[in-house]
Amino acid sequence: MNTNTIKISTSQLNLYYGTNHALKDVNMELYTNKITAFIGPSGCGKSTYLKTLNRMNDLIPGVKIEGEVLLDGENIYDSRVDTTLLRKKIGMVFQQPNPFPMSIYDNVAYGPRIHGIKNKSELDDIVEKSLKGAALWEEVSGRLKKSALGLSGGQQQRLCIARALAVEPEVLLMDEPTSALDPISTLKIEDLMDELKEKYTVAIVTHNMQQATRIADHTAFFLVGEVVEYAPTTELFTAPKDSRTEDYITGRFG
Amino acid sequence: MTNDLTIPVHRDSIIVNSIYNGKKRVSDSLLIILIYLCALISIFILMGIMGYVFVRGVPQINVSFLTTVPSTIKGTFGILGNIVNTLYVVAITLVIATPLGVGSAIYLNEYAKGGKVVRIIEFTTETLSGIPSIIFGLFGYVFFGTTLGLGYSILTGALTLSIMVLPLITRTTQEALKTVPESYRSGALGIGATKWYMIRTILLPSAMPGIVTGIILAIGRIVGESAALLFTAGSGYILPKSFLGKIFESGGTLTIQLYLCMQKAKYDEAFGIAVVLLVIVLAINGLAKYLSHKFNTEAKES
Amino acid sequence: MQPKSYSIFGGHGSKSGIEHAAEVIFTICGFFAVLAVASISIYMLTSGTPALLKVGILDILFGSVWKPDAAVPSFGILYVILTSIVGTALAILIGVPIGVMTSVFLAEVAPQKLADIVRPAVELLAGIPSVIYGLLGILILNPVMYDLELKIFKGSPTHQFTGGANLISAVLVLALMILPTVINISETALRSVPQHFRSASLALGATKIQTIFHVVIPAAKSGIITAIVLGTGRAIGEAMAISLVSGSSVNFPLPFHSVRFLTTAIVSEMSYASGLHKQVLFTIGLVLFVFIMMINVILNSLLKKGADKNDK
Repeated sequence: MNTNTIKISTSQLNLYYGTNHALKDVNMELYTNKITAFIGPSGCGKSTYLKTLNRMNDLIPGVKIEGEVLLDGENIYDSRVDTTLLRKKIGMVFQQPNPFPMSIYDNVAYGPRIHGIKNKSELDDIVEKSLKGAALWEEVSGRLKKSALGLSGGQQQRLCIARALAVEPEVLLMDEPTSALDPISTLKIEDLMDELKEKYTVAIVTHNMQQATRIADHTAFFLVGEVVEYAPTTELFTAPKDSRTEDYITGRFG
Repeated sequence: MTNDLTIPVHRDSIIVNSIYNGKKRVSDSLLIILIYLCALISIFILMGIMGYVFVRGVPQINVSFLTTVPSTIKGTFGILGNIVNTLYVVAITLVIATPLGVGSAIYLNEYAKGGKVVRIIEFTTETLSGIPSIIFGLFGYVFFGTTLGLGYSILTGALTLSIMVLPLITRTTQEALKTVPESYRSGALGIGATKWYMIRTILLPSAMPGIVTGIILAIGRIVGESAALLFTAGSGYILPKSFLGKIFESGGTLTIQLYLCMQKAKYDEAFGIAVVLLVIVLAINGLAKYLSHKFNTEAKES
Repeated sequence: MQPKSYSIFGGHGSKSGIEHAAEVIFTICGFFAVLAVASISIYMLTSGTPALLKVGILDILFGSVWKPDAAVPSFGILYVILTSIVGTALAILIGVPIGVMTSVFLAEVAPQKLADIVRPAVELLAGIPSVIYGLLGILILNPVMYDLELKIFKGSPTHQFTGGANLISAVLVLALMILPTVINISETALRSVPQHFRSASLALGATKIQTIFHVVIPAAKSGIITAIVLGTGRAIGEAMAISLVSGSSVNFPLPFHSVRFLTTAIVSEMSYASGLHKQVLFTIGLVLFVFIMMINVILNSLLKKGADKNDK
């Protein structure tokens, strides 16, 4: 038997870009120490939904958000919320690897530093722990002071994961983290995610259905801003309840 | 499988790391204040300069100020001579510098095969635009004034300024040529047009707004120039006796006259000239803005 | 029956003549800048070196007595060189922080509408003729400086009163004049920093200000350095704006001293100098030219580095 503890609960979430109604009445729960995948064709709102969870959509002018997103019971759209604390708690990994133009060490230490950790040995520990957590330590331990831009694409993405881990988040949001990578790097990151879920709650947007079946415990299928179906992954892929889900996973569109 | 147990979390239950009510960072607020302060200083200084010049200068402007020349006998002080000189210098400089600058841009963009030659030309063009005007003044004084024997004359000044504004015209023309789509070129060449024909009929008309913007910016530079003219065009303020003869006579532009007034502590007259200059600068700025805006929207539409 | 045809070889004799002429003319235009820089360099060298040889290189460059009109003239320009270096450095020290902060304001902080008003205003500042800056310097700065001077040096037997035309006045005018250059180029550099760096930083829980100062500004470093170098060039080469504001005697560059820059020495003495004195003024011009060429080379290597980085 599985125990599902709710980490994030979304109810009646609507999002508008100007007049464009991009998310419609989204209701969903993300469970602690589970991987949840969001699938669907391009423009279906899966990435938009992911970004509402750490309020990165706030940065886009003209966005209007209605509804409620509870993180451990606290509404993240409450006026009392400090977005920096929220984002410290909910880390994010982007589609394109985007390390800062600084050394590998400084990339990982960036988060802890801005959150006030200045002690050198403490930072050293965090950097090592985070790089190990992202399965990158072996490859870069000898060249921490070298520029992060010299790493390969797959290494850069794992560095970005390490950078996110360094601020000790509780939730990790991943926006198509492997779409810019080669198959071998993709596999490495998928293996990594399996380990990550022991400590973190993970939500991943993917355009790759095989990836969802390989790694996700639960999967949500998005279509034009709506959640068509949300179920345990095996259930969604073997016995979809909605005909649109079936059409999509059998490759009839998208 | 399906008998998953879901444990709900109670709304607003007391939790350890709440995301509510974070502390404000003092250093952030300080930096924000600093940024606003610096922006305010910059804006305030600009407004101050414009305002001060207009307040002190506008009362000096009247018909005789604009239509007479300085004369101790008649007791007048006017800047007509300087306005005429400025027009002479602007016109002659542009006549020399525009073809050279545009030609240079065409060479760099359409003929040169890249590599070392282009790099040398671009480096020297860059260097030329970095040389301060006082150096141009010294060079013009020695080369055009002494070596070529043109002395203190409008021609000496204009020749000197031609070199000075050359990089400006070259660069703006180059930018304009770069925005002409490659398909225009291959389209024209593809139907058998020769290169020069293609440049004349397709490239130059498409790049014209950019070239005109460059010329307008060059006018602004010429009108505002002083150090390069002091030892080349001199400081004459008499009205021309003959149209062409004036070219070989000394003639101070508005900025030179302003400098001379400052030197003699005739500040009221200086502010009068400053207002005239500012109006010209404003007009040129507006015109250049308007043109480049028009150019950009047209380029987007096509 | 054979169809009428024409050869693709040559044929248009006159046409290709025009084509050829056009190419030759454009090539000449292209090399004009090279010619100009070469002749300016040669002329600066040939007019600047005679005095160096006559007076002696060390006596000119490291002599501190400037008495061109004395019975036994002395042509030491050390203080003039020092004034240009110190004055430019101070102007950079004041102008760059204000300029960079203003560019941060325009690129990162200000609401779009406000930035759209302020930006053209800054561009306008760049177009104002330098003599106007000088005029305002004389009428606004100098009286303030004179008041300060009277208060600070009250009863001082050794201080030479300058009437406010001193190093500080000149430095403030120069700092103001480099502002538009620094603001424009830094703003462009800040705006070209990819958005994803900002997103990454914010997603880690950094505040906007932390993001600006820890990620955006470091990423725009090479552009900001370019702005500083260009500002340096502008400040060291400026003549007319400071020629009357900085006083009219050659002195060691201290804040309340009346001073002479490389540029202002040329402007104020050229009109009456003759003989050796005039040749020394050309030597001053040569020194200035050397400074400028050094700045140009630095700038060029900076720009090249920036271009290489973009290619990666």
